[in-house]
Amino acid sequence: MIYRSGQKVLVQGITGKQGTFWSQKMMEMGTSVVAGVNPKRAGETHLGVPVFASAVEATKQIPCDLSVIFVPPMLARDAIVDAIDAGVGCVVVLTEHIPAQHVLEIHARAKRAGCRIVGPNTAGIVTPGEGFVGIMPGHNQNIFKPGHIGVISRSGSLGTLICLNLTRAGLGQSAFLGIGGDPMIGTTTRDALEALDRDERTHAIAMIGEIGGTMEEEAAEYARTMKKPIASFIAGRSSPPDKKMGHAGAIVTGGRGGYASKREALEQAGVRVVDTPHEIALALQGVYA
Amino acid sequence: MKLEEHAAKSVVLRPAGAPIGNARLCASPEEVAEAIRAVGPAVVKAQVPSGKRGKAGGIKVADTPEEGAEVAKTILGMTIGGDVVARVLVEEKAAIAREFYAAVLIDVANRSPLVLFSTEGGMDIEEVALDRPDAIRRHVVDVLEGFGEPEARAMLRGLDLGSAEAGVVDMLARLYRIFRERDAELVEINPLAELKDGRVVALDCKFVGDDASRDLQPEIAAAATPDKQTELERRGAEAGLKFIQLDGNVGVLANGAGLTMTTMDVINHAGGRPANFLEIGGEAYTKAEVALDLVLSNPGVKSLVVNFCGAFARTDVMAEGVVKAWETLKPDVPVFFSIHGTGEDEAVALVRDRLGLEPYDLMEDAVKAAVEAAQ
Repeated sequence: MIYRSGQKVLVQGITGKQGTFWSQKMMEMGTSVVAGVNPKRAGETHLGVPVFASAVEATKQIPCDLSVIFVPPMLARDAIVDAIDAGVGCVVVLTEHIPAQHVLEIHARAKRAGCRIVGPNTAGIVTPGEGFVGIMPGHNQNIFKPGHIGVISRSGSLGTLICLNLTRAGLGQSAFLGIGGDPMIGTTTRDALEALDRDERTHAIAMIGEIGGTMEEEAAEYARTMKKPIASFIAGRSSPPDKKMGHAGAIVTGGRGGYASKREALEQAGVRVVDTPHEIALALQGVYA
Repeated sequence: MKLEEHAAKSVVLRPAGAPIGNARLCASPEEVAEAIRAVGPAVVKAQVPSGKRGKAGGIKVADTPEEGAEVAKTILGMTIGGDVVARVLVEEKAAIAREFYAAVLIDVANRSPLVLFSTEGGMDIEEVALDRPDAIRRHVVDVLEGFGEPEARAMLRGLDLGSAEAGVVDMLARLYRIFRERDAELVEINPLAELKDGRVVALDCKFVGDDASRDLQPEIAAAATPDKQTELERRGAEAGLKFIQLDGNVGVLANGAGLTMTTMDVINHAGGRPANFLEIGGEAYTKAEVALDLVLSNPGVKSLVVNFCGAFARTDVMAEGVVKAWETLKPDVPVFFSIHGTGEDEAVALVRDRLGLEPYDLMEDAVKAAVEAAQ
């Protein structure tokens, strides 16, 4: 889940406008983009890498560690299943608005195959100084700088702001893990927290949550066991709660998911929860002071 | 996409072969009286998307056409959960032996479908869930394996359903098929009634469809209750923007849902009140011009925060849209910018040169200035 230089990246949807633009940016930062997929353009070369009809075809020729999905919502399920069948270890799904029934199938298939899904609806992952996969300004050195803070964020824009604040405060990042804004994501806050806990380069963690779901509460259970300091900001304190799911939603979440529940769970686990994004950098500066 | 009871029954349950009561949709006391002449003693039920209709007095029994007309007069026009009742469903009064609860929904935490069943259905199911969680059976489904009658039977093992068991098993299997084939986020039957004659019938149905599947489910999209919208929200939706009008006085224009929510939070933290939520994330970042028009059309707006942090979204493109709209609309509210990320240098130069404004380094400071200006 943390990108390491040299890891080979397959881009599904490489020939599209966004696929092309961001593949170039990834390459500029040093990410090893080694192949692309577009069923209609198989056999061509795009941005200097070969284009294949499918991920399965691509990995027969060129083994890949990760695949990144630049494919529209209605075609995303088939593209991701293709990547899973190709044996890629990690699939970064940028696509937003994939039908929920398709997302259920994607996660079930990934689980069986032992494949990690990041997203859907993620802005991607960045390892400053090594590379990035996705649609983040990973190449922008005013925003991302190598260092020791691991950043977890559901949102790309807010995550970018946090990294920028950290960089300006003199705190570089060991990794940015964009986990995605969709309700059902393959890599949860807790999964990302565990990865950063294991990562030797990470000394402290900025955890950016959002209201809705119970991922922050579940992450808090793990945070309790950690020695690395964690600062957290949870967006959505002033947003009205989503009541769409009625009785069934209340039965399943049992009252968790709101701002107060998340803040309380995190604070009880020893996490420093702050009120504005800039305070994340201040809180983590304090850790080193 | 939410369906009201009558639509959930006619568009979803009936085509799936799930047993439902004999009912008519009516819009006037006269129609209700007429319906009761046809179906006999009936339950008259307000048709609104919110739950808790019974507790709000929106569900009443009527044994005669005259009673039906009287009951209809009280229910029609009533406001439940912010919705005015325009129609009632007149459904034949069932001889209920027991009330169960059944639902199939997306269990977000498990990334799986979840089937719920309880023998204690009815209005107090949420209290049952809180006080005695064991009274609700839960079955997490492996979506690649599916959920049919054998799984339903296994899930119900040990419950004393008696002669109702076959009907419940059949209903659960049908609900799961509905969930999968109709792209549901939730299909819920409360109560699922065992009648005195032994039949198992869905007396109510709540259906929430997946917005992302609108194109796959045109019939559901057409039957869905339209979202309650203000005029500005409707204009936003037409432009492909999710705009929510709030009652504050600080307008918000930011990119991405996360940064937008955060800007609203910081406004609150600084002692102000946001005037709107507006999402221009993803591809919508090119719509900054129409977005600004929306924000400024909100009559409550006394000042404005523009907070951009470009990752995928290019701040130069957004700033160009904002500057253009500003020059066209010439609004007289003060605006406070904070701009970082992709395209930052060009965006800052645009705002500086064309509007003569200096963006704030920290969004917190831009927000603070906007909150002060609004007071």
